[in-house]
Amino acid sequence: MNQFEEQAEIVRQEQLTPEIFRLSLKAPEIASQARPGQFVMVQTASCYDPLLRRPLSIHQTIGNELVQLLYKVVGKGTRMLAALTPGQRLKLTGPLGHGFDFSDQQALCLVGGGMGIAPLYFLAKEILRTANPPKCVVLLGARTAAEFGPLPRDFMDIGVTQTHLATDDGSLGHQGFVAELLLQHLAPGNQWSVCTCGPHPMMKAVVKACRQQEWQCQVSLETMMACGISACLGCAIPRADLSGPYLHVCKDGPVFNANEVAWL
Amino acid sequence: MNQPDLRVTIGDLVFKNPVLTASGTFGYAKEFAPFVNLHHLGGVVVKGISLAPRRGNPPPRIVETAGGMLNAIGLENVGLDRFISEKMDYLRGIGTRVIVNILGDSLEEYQTLAQRLSEVEGISGLEVNISCPNVKKGGVAFGTDPAMAEAVTRAVCAHTTLPVIVKLSPNVTDITQIARGVEAGGAQAVSLINTLLGMAIDVKSRRPKLANIVGGLSGPAIKPIALRMVWQVAQAVKIPVIGIGGITTTEDALEFLLAGATAIEVGTANFINPRASQEIVEGLGRYVTENKLSGISEVIGGLIVG
Repeated sequence: MNQFEEQAEIVRQEQLTPEIFRLSLKAPEIASQARPGQFVMVQTASCYDPLLRRPLSIHQTIGNELVQLLYKVVGKGTRMLAALTPGQRLKLTGPLGHGFDFSDQQALCLVGGGMGIAPLYFLAKEILRTANPPKCVVLLGARTAAEFGPLPRDFMDIGVTQTHLATDDGSLGHQGFVAELLLQHLAPGNQWSVCTCGPHPMMKAVVKACRQQEWQCQVSLETMMACGISACLGCAIPRADLSGPYLHVCKDGPVFNANEVAWL
Repeated sequence: MNQPDLRVTIGDLVFKNPVLTASGTFGYAKEFAPFVNLHHLGGVVVKGISLAPRRGNPPPRIVETAGGMLNAIGLENVGLDRFISEKMDYLRGIGTRVIVNILGDSLEEYQTLAQRLSEVEGISGLEVNISCPNVKKGGVAFGTDPAMAEAVTRAVCAHTTLPVIVKLSPNVTDITQIARGVEAGGAQAVSLINTLLGMAIDVKSRRPKLANIVGGLSGPAIKPIALRMVWQVAQAVKIPVIGIGGITTTEDALEFLLAGATAIEVGTANFINPRASQEIVEGLGRYVTENKLSGISEVIGGLIVG
């Protein structure tokens, strides 16, 4: 897999909700190689605090030219990222890690929660671009309707016919956890292949439901990481059997078969 | 125009330039091949190798701090056998010097590592890690007592034909005493500093941010301390000093050379900019040219005091 370091120009910075932003960057080398589920390391500032680049999943690529990132302002780094404007440049390294495997699947279900929705949009687009697209159901969860911003609409606009929503407060769709939608909307007998990304408790619930139904499940994980290229070894996670060498999210993931990793 | 002369000499080894990459921040070099022309570097110090593979410490293992990062990786590595069989073929072809960082729990382990690696083609030298703060046995236990540091150095030197560099810990009262011990033990050079012991706390959960509670602080935040120690050690010993600690830019590298370092190692900067080491090589070349120097060695120890 080719990897690049690009000095990317900001083309667009959109504020989707008070906290969620969508950044479009001109990074043709990364854009032309990226696959759904892969990530980039993003320089948020040219100073020493924050020091490290931020790992952000790729929300979509546009025309082998643009890389789009969806992010939530949670700390100093993302706040500085949100202050950047078109024409400014920042360094990106990518595409990094292994993405989702959606080949040879008959029926796919994408389950996203919060910012975990970001890479699933890229995945949905690529699934629908295949010659004979498999059945694709999208389940999205957020704390409130406002937190979704335009994302549910975006999935519908690219041709996802079945998008179901859940919110913690019931302001949109099912009131409760998005994992509960799996058993409501997926026919139990079918061989579903589930791809999920979101908060750890959400993914844990999705994995549990998949195991009960004997559905395949791929999970996209997030950890602290310094380099994104398997040099720092900071992004270690335990294997399912808790023995042997640790897995590393940047190199072995960020997408794993759910059975490979421990769900503590 | 003539190419600037960036060569430096450590013991019998001539390096094409003084920029090496620090152990634990550059993997086994292949990880950086998409971003750096490895043959442009003065050398690569590979991830610390122990006799048996090490799993390292449980996560979370890294935390960002102001101007730096804390790590408690715990010397995770593939072990000596896999290093030789899986990593050396690639390293032999990168076109620059390969220094292997070694670590053990006992003098015997250090000796075995030194002996086995001496038989492997393509290795220019050993960097002896007696300074990792993240392991219970070995590591810094050998690096905080001048007599122990001397004993480890002596044991390694007796079992290798390769030049031996000993990497020092800053977590001591007087680093010059350790450096003198290492010099007496027969080291060809010292490298310093390893990380400074530190910690960070999550005030919401009231828990340490690292599973290991404490970790090693690196990055620009530690540069002034590293620079001071390099300057002190350079005056205390006759063997060459390799400067490490927060070197992120060409100017940082020049400061260490002026303080008396013969070479430098780029560490955490590799994480924040994968091209940092190569950019520093290029920057040093420009400095030599712009200042009409005969070579970079003219800068070494050039600090003007008083």
